[in-house]
Amino acid sequence: MSAPPAPAATAPPPPRTSPPATGSTSAAPLRRRRRPLRSRLVPYLLLVPALVPLGVGLGYPLVRQFVFSFQEYGLAQQFGRPAEWVGLDNYVTLLSDPYVWGVIARSIAFCLVNAALTMALGIALAVLMTKVGRGARITLQVGMLLAWGTPVLATMTVWQWLFDSQYGVVNWVLAGPLGMEGQRGHSWLIEPLSFYAVATVIVVWMSVPFVVFTVYAGLLQVPEECMEAAQLDGASSWQRLWGLALPMIKPVLFVVALLQVIWDLRVFTQIHVLQRAGAPTRETHLLGTYIYSLSKEFSIAGAMATIMLVITLVLTTAYIRRMLREEEA
Amino acid sequence: MSAVAPPPPAVAVPERARVVPPRRRPRRRATAARRLLGALAVLVALVWVFPVYWMINSAFLPTNRLRTPEPSFLPFGGTLANFRRVLTDPSFYDAVKVSLAVTGLTLAAAILFAFVAALAISRFRFRGRKSFVVTVLVVQMIPAEGLFISQYQMLDTWQLVNSVLGLSIVYVAAVLPFTVWMLRGFVSGVPIELEEAAMMDGLSRTGAFFRITFPLLAPGLVASGVYGFLQAWNEYTLALVVMTDPAERTLPLWLQGLVEANRATDWGIVMAGAALITVPVIVFFLFVQRRMSSGLVAGAVKG
Repeated sequence: MSAPPAPAATAPPPPRTSPPATGSTSAAPLRRRRRPLRSRLVPYLLLVPALVPLGVGLGYPLVRQFVFSFQEYGLAQQFGRPAEWVGLDNYVTLLSDPYVWGVIARSIAFCLVNAALTMALGIALAVLMTKVGRGARITLQVGMLLAWGTPVLATMTVWQWLFDSQYGVVNWVLAGPLGMEGQRGHSWLIEPLSFYAVATVIVVWMSVPFVVFTVYAGLLQVPEECMEAAQLDGASSWQRLWGLALPMIKPVLFVVALLQVIWDLRVFTQIHVLQRAGAPTRETHLLGTYIYSLSKEFSIAGAMATIMLVITLVLTTAYIRRMLREEEA
Repeated sequence: MSAVAPPPPAVAVPERARVVPPRRRPRRRATAARRLLGALAVLVALVWVFPVYWMINSAFLPTNRLRTPEPSFLPFGGTLANFRRVLTDPSFYDAVKVSLAVTGLTLAAAILFAFVAALAISRFRFRGRKSFVVTVLVVQMIPAEGLFISQYQMLDTWQLVNSVLGLSIVYVAAVLPFTVWMLRGFVSGVPIELEEAAMMDGLSRTGAFFRITFPLLAPGLVASGVYGFLQAWNEYTLALVVMTDPAERTLPLWLQGLVEANRATDWGIVMAGAALITVPVIVFFLFVQRRMSSGLVAGAVKG
């Protein structure tokens, strides 16, 4: 489950809280001292309900998995034998396996290609929205919202049907109107490359609406006066876009792009469902599905998951820094 | 991955051509270009809508019209048989029940917990506040895909696998960070001066909060509620790991089961199933999308 923050909607900084008015100044010294202490405790008490599920649902599994990744934890341990410490063995096993490097490389490649395509299409469509009339814009917005609102599993189901080898529309269009006879009965998921192509189409289709709406909202925030001034100075609309509007919304673009990278790196559902639809799993694993396939070897899976977390966190630091800076501002 | 989005505010883009009246010919060319771009936009919209349309179209078609060399692009002479078959299947209702229970529990817990946490970080200054904010931001980025085996093992030792409570715990943990972040924005958007004024007029701090600030936060609570609903209702990965018993499947798992049982033979019933879980979500999504947007925009502009 991914948690998409809304980058464009960062709220104003929290107002400084003035200390609660402490009643009359003539209060006894004892009372005055007790009160600040109590009100100092309040925020911590308010955080407890949120911290408990976070600790139980995320923190504890995280620590546990990290610990297990340095142990030998197999079938014997499931039946109660204490786990043995093996140091970095699990990591060595994984990282000396060329197949694992293949999975990592494929995941990163898949992630970058998808994020780049999504960003390019999303920005292009957002710009297109600012250039067309009201009717066309609303049509485009409705189309995007429908695609966006559809539950992932329903989306995956339809796309499987569209790419069905025998009766799917995609093959029909390619073979019939486009005259590519070879496509009749073509099975899209057997070849890893064409498998990834299908996955890319689906992922991009699902991710573009978020980029379009966010970037469009950003473009609307660009002050009208700037654009008019540039126009009076003789900048063409193309120059105004590249030289002025897009640079001005660079923070939005940055956050959206980073989110795309993070989401596309952790892609699981789409790959998993397509694999179940009849693709060779070993050749098509990405990080998420590979860890899932390791679930029987718990310590190895833990080590692999830790590697994935490290990759994600490295990619994320920039995002966190930026959000913090906005929080401070 | 459905995200609560920053809004598409319905502000018309002023036609810049009017500002500087250009000579005739360029203007005519500009309108032609505009029309061309408009046509392009509509075309793109059609491409994006097509899969959704195709799902609904196929759901109304009998099997013999789905398995033809020429696809039927319109559901004329269609049938409701596919829907009838889904709706008379008891496993569908089992899945609806599980999904409702998990979503309800997740929502109630997440909204309540996130709300008080948001209060703490936007209305108080205290030591550790910044580390909590950092935690919230970092935790958001942890991929469920890197944790699910560990989460499964933990729930297993507590006998919470295949239980609504177990799945809800991991869902709450997954939804909370973003909900806290989002509500924090809404709470900060309500000026503290309003509360202070009420306190001057004799209300207690708590009273001022509940009488003044709380009503103003309603849109924020709705928005984060919708976010939590969409996440819990549509989630697949964790449900797949935690709910291994077919009797405890949530709707996405049920749909995947339906696909696997009928893929080779009957896409009609599969599309009917997909349409049935999609339409309510989309209606809900469209209904609140605008309201969420206005809330977020209001929060962002006041600063």
